[in-house]
Parts: sequence; structure tokens; C-alpha cells
Amino acid sequence: MTELWDWSYTWEILPTLARASLVTIQATILGFLLAATVGLLLAILRMSKSGWVAIPTAGFIEFIRSTPLLIQIFFVFFVFPEFGVNLSAMTAGVLAIGLHYGTYCSEVYRSGLANIPRGQWEASTALNLSGFHTFRDVIIPQAIPPVVPALGNYLVALFKETPLLSAIAVLELMQTAKILGSENFRYTEPITLVGLFFLVFSLVTAALIRQVERHFSQRGGMR
Amino acid sequence: MKLRQLVIAVIVAFTAGLVVASFAGFREFLPGLLEGALVTVQITIGGSVLALFAAFVAALAKMYGPLPIRWLAVAYIEAFRGTSALVQLFWLFFVLPHFGILLEPLTVAVLTLGLNVGAYGAEVVRGAISAVHRGQWEAATALNMTRAAAIRRIILPQALIRMIPPWGNLFIELMKATSLVSLITISDLAFKAQQMNQTTFRTIEIFSIVLVFYLAIASVITVAMRALEERVASGVARGRA
Amino acid sequence: MTVAGTDARNGPMVRFDKVTKSYGALTVLDSLDLEIAAGEKVAIIGPSGSGKTTVLRMLMTLETINGGVIWVDGEPLTHVEKNGALVPAGQRHLRRVRAKIGMVFQHFNLFPHMTALKNCMEAPCTVLKLPKRESEQRARELLGMVGLGDKLDHYPSQLSGGQQQRVAFARALAMRPKVMLLDEVTSALDPELVGEVLNVIRKLGSELDLTILMVTHQMGFAKEFADRVCFFFGGKICEQGPPDRLFGAPQNERTRQFLSAVLEAA
Repeated sequence: MTELWDWSYTWEILPTLARASLVTIQATILGFLLAATVGLLLAILRMSKSGWVAIPTAGFIEFIRSTPLLIQIFFVFFVFPEFGVNLSAMTAGVLAIGLHYGTYCSEVYRSGLANIPRGQWEASTALNLSGFHTFRDVIIPQAIPPVVPALGNYLVALFKETPLLSAIAVLELMQTAKILGSENFRYTEPITLVGLFFLVFSLVTAALIRQVERHFSQRGGMR
Repeated sequence: MKLRQLVIAVIVAFTAGLVVASFAGFREFLPGLLEGALVTVQITIGGSVLALFAAFVAALAKMYGPLPIRWLAVAYIEAFRGTSALVQLFWLFFVLPHFGILLEPLTVAVLTLGLNVGAYGAEVVRGAISAVHRGQWEAATALNMTRAAAIRRIILPQALIRMIPPWGNLFIELMKATSLVSLITISDLAFKAQQMNQTTFRTIEIFSIVLVFYLAIASVITVAMRALEERVASGVARGRA
Repeated sequence: MTVAGTDARNGPMVRFDKVTKSYGALTVLDSLDLEIAAGEKVAIIGPSGSGKTTVLRMLMTLETINGGVIWVDGEPLTHVEKNGALVPAGQRHLRRVRAKIGMVFQHFNLFPHMTALKNCMEAPCTVLKLPKRESEQRARELLGMVGLGDKLDHYPSQLSGGQQQRVAFARALAMRPKVMLLDEVTSALDPELVGEVLNVIRKLGSELDLTILMVTHQMGFAKEFADRVCFFFGGKICEQGPPDRLFGAPQNERTRQFLSAVLEAA
């Protein structure tokens, strides 16, 4: 089998890959939801006036950001059973990815929050709004829209890192491609198709994000 | 954080880590992990050099090249940025042999990671060059400099200073990505960690040390870039009120 | 269009021949005719948007030309002669003719990563390919001439605005241009620093044999220094003449309005 591209093989494996792509998408969405939530929480903790809270949080964020996701995935996957909790590979993977990208998202939220003029905080204090209401009704509605494009970029980045889950045998696209490749002794088509899938998705999402950016800059932020 | 504080913090953290490591019987893991760390550092350095080269070539080609060269640059940048590093690694590792190209795994690793980060680096280079004030171009024109001379003598030196922090981040990203090469059978730090874990199952200890190792390498990169920035920016920022 | 044989020695140093410049639908210069003799000092005044800065920028080839021809020292700048007709010029011709022109900018545009000395040496070394010692000699002389002989090793960030602008003058002069373009060179300076830059211009006028074209808001200086003042309005020269006449007895209503508004603010 030394031909460059086997079309019949391609059609054969397409359904399997399509099914696996659903797993990839599932991991992406779950991971991102976790990241977006954890990120907001971390950002708020980081802003805490208490040094005991803010500094360890900052240290934790820096630690996660400066170390490889792969190691973190292994860590989560192998550590939990030692405490008697048995997680599926998918759960462990989503947890690790969500936490890792949560730290990136926290930085994004932080810059969004920092861009809110001090006057907004002061007006809320003057109106005697509680901390919770200040955040919910005044700060967050202003902070989130400008950072949506940056969050979108991390969504794409997260999506592109789901193949790491193949290391703990989650049956997403990369793992499926490897299995197909080793079963049929032909890796070219599966891996190339997976690459194309990611490429197309990235380009489309990048274009969408640019649209969102343009929409928000037209509405006009604070000048 | 000032450079000196950063250096002190790193040294303290490192020593503390080593003390803890030597105490709790981690000593059995250290040699093997150090071997792996060496491989990681080698790939990081090799990949970084390639990334720098690729980024400059691609950025300059995209900004100033003739049309076909410009398309090539754009294609390279979009292709490597749009797909994930692991997919690229696997493709170069599993698929290239089919086309008759047989490369050592280490070469594949350095090549892939270098080209991958280089694609992101091209955007950093392009952004830094664009950020140079238009007045500088006009002054160069008024002095009758050729475009090439203007880029070489006036624009690039100013762009280089702006590039250093983002490149620091990219080098750290590259270092993190080296962990992926463990999945194509290279005995780097991540591979050794997994190996030791499979035999001893002392997950927490092993992976904790490994994470600290990576953090140490990242700190070295950060400190080095900060020092470079201070040295290069000596004249430009000096005396600024 | 035939090539008029102007003798470089007797003809004008700079000639705008029905020059037009537009940005899309907006016409900034409208079929401009302007002649400047060798050694003449011309001040260009006018409201913003009148096209006065565009005149300088086109002469320095920082903007492209939409119609007409610009002549410098008897040669076309923007075009080349080919088979008796004029066709748009390529880069090499442009650079060759442009070498006779130098410019000082409103915002100095010094190279921040080089000392004052290096700023002045850069172009002679790189463009004129002068040996380093000669470039350095030239740079030292010129920096001394503008009164910065003791600031050779200072970076722009360590110099005041007035000092930076003086370095900019020295830098431009290092290329030995025949024509100097000054684009509102004092507008970005604090008032107390304006004088030192005007002194440099005075010195240029008396010591060097230069053709000077300056866009300025400094009416007093224009009156004292310029041989001729051009008042621009709406992309055309509304009125021009010796400063005494233009400032003292303006013929055109628009000129009068502009001058009274400017002098009121002074």
C-alpha cells in the first residue's frame, strides 16, 4: 500500500471519526464551561483584599499556567483513585483542562475587571450596594462583553488541546485516529483528516470571533 | 516585580524544593527525572531557536515579500496555528514515513514544536514592527534611506525591544509543549514521570516533583527574558520622566 | 507633455507644476503652481486642512502625487523623461532626486535607540556610505553648530523638546541637502523652548546656502525671516508676496480674516 491517498479508506473511516468528533466537542464544551466558571471565581479571589486569599490564589494560578497540561491531566487521572474516587478518563480530562484554562480565563476576567473605571465602584459604594449586588448588577455586565473575544480565543485553544486526552485513552478524535491507524496500518488518512477538521474549525471560529470583536467595538466601550 | 526580587524568589523556591525532595525519600526519583529534564531542556532550546528563525522569516515575508511568498507565509502561519501541536507531532511522526521521509523522533519533536511556536511568533514579530511609530519611517525616508536599510537599522531594533516579553511567553509555551513528545516515545521529563508512575504508583510525589521542575525551567526563562529586556532597553527607556 | 529644459543654475530650485492631490473625494491640493528660487526662504501659512503640510510631504515623497509634476533643481522628481514624455518615476530615480531634500518634523522623529551623535551619523554612513570617521566628524560639527556639542552621547529621552528638535536639524543637515523642509517645527514645543529652535533656523538662513520651505504658525518669525510668504486656502495659494506686504496690507479678504484671527489669539 504505497499510494499517496486511499479514498476508499477515507470514506470507510469517516463515520467513525464523525462519532469521535462528538466526543471531542463534548469535552470542549464541558471543559470550557468549567474554565469560564472557575476563571471568574479565581479572578474574584485574586482581587480579594485579604492577602491570605489573594496571594495563594495568584501563586496557584501562576503554578498551573507555567506547567504542562499533559502532566496536570496525568496528575488528576492518577491521583483521585488514591483517595478512593474513581473518575472516568473523560471526567478527569475535563477537570484538568477546565482548571488549566480556568487560570487563563481568570487573567482575562482580571483585565476586564481592571478596565472598569474606579468611579463605578465608588458610585456603588455611595448607593450603599452590597458587594454581591455591585458585582452582579454593575461590574460584571460591563466587564464581560469586552472580554468575550479573548475568551473565544481560549475556547479555540482549549478545543485544540483536547487531543491530549488521548494520552489517558479518551476516545476523542486523536485517539480514534491512532486506533484506526494502527488497526489498518495506515495513519496518513486518519491523522490528516483530524488535522483538517481542527484547521477548518479554527478558521471558522476565528472569523466568528473577529465578527464579535467588530460588533463590540462598534457599540463603543468607555472612551 | 523587579528583576532582583524575582531572582531571589526563584532561588529560594528552588532550594526549598530541593531540600524537600532530598528529605522525603524522593531521592530515588531524582536521577531519572533529571535525565528526562535534560531532554526537555534540549528540545526547548532547539525548538526556540527554530521558532525565532521561522517567525522572523514568515513575518518579514508576509509584510514585505512579493505576493506568492506572502501567500506561502500566510499558509504556514494559518496551518500551524489552526491545528494543535499534538496533531502536528503525530502527523510528522506517523505520516511522513509514508512519504519516504524518515526522521529521528528528536528531530520531529524540535521541527514540529519550532514550526508551531514560530507561527505564533510571526504574529508577535509582525505586531511589534507595526507598533513602531510611523514617524520613524518618515524620518528614514526624509534621510533618503532605502526600505531595507530603514527596516534593518531603525525599525527592527525598536521592534526587538517590544518583542521580548511576548517571546518569553512563547518560549514557556514551547517548554510546556515538550511534554507532548513523551507521546511519541521520547524520554523527556513527562515520559520518565509516566514510566516511574506505572512502576511505583507513587503518583503524588512523582508528579509534584515534575511540576516543580517545569516551574523551575519556566522561571529561568522568565528571569532570562527580563534581564535581556533590561539590557537591550538601556538607552531607549533611560531618563524617561 | 514636453520636457521644458530648465537650466539648473538659473531656473527655480523647486517647481510645482499643476500639482493635484486628493484623498478619495477630498481634494487637498488643487492644480498647484508654485516656484521657489534657489536660496529663497518661503513661509507657508494658512488654516488647517488648507493643504500646506501636504505640499511639504509630497516634496519629501511621503505622499504620492495625483496630478501634475514636481521639479527639483531642474529635474522632475516624481516623473522621468522617456522618449520626450514624462512617465511616473521608479524608486531609484526618486531616491536620487530626493537626496537633495531634507526635512525636519513637527514631532522630531529622532531614533530613540541611538544617541544624538549616532542619530546624525546614521544616514551619512548607511546611505552616503561615508567612512565612519568622516560621518562622525560631520555629525560633531553640525551638533556643535546647533549648540549641542556637549550632548553628543545623550539619548533623545534625555533631551528636552527644543534640544531634540535641534538634533533633528543637525541630522537632516548631515545629508547636505539643497532644500530644507520645516514642517511646523516649533508647534510641539513648550513656549520657552521655541526660541532656541528659531535661532537655529536663523543661523541656517545666514550661514548656509539653503532653500528653505517652512510651514509655520509663527507669524512674527515669518515676517522677520522669510523672503516670501504664501497663504494657502482650500488647496490653493490664495495670496503670496513679501512678508511686509502680505502682513501689512493683505489684498485678499480671506487673508485678512485669517491674519486677524491669528493675531487676535497671539
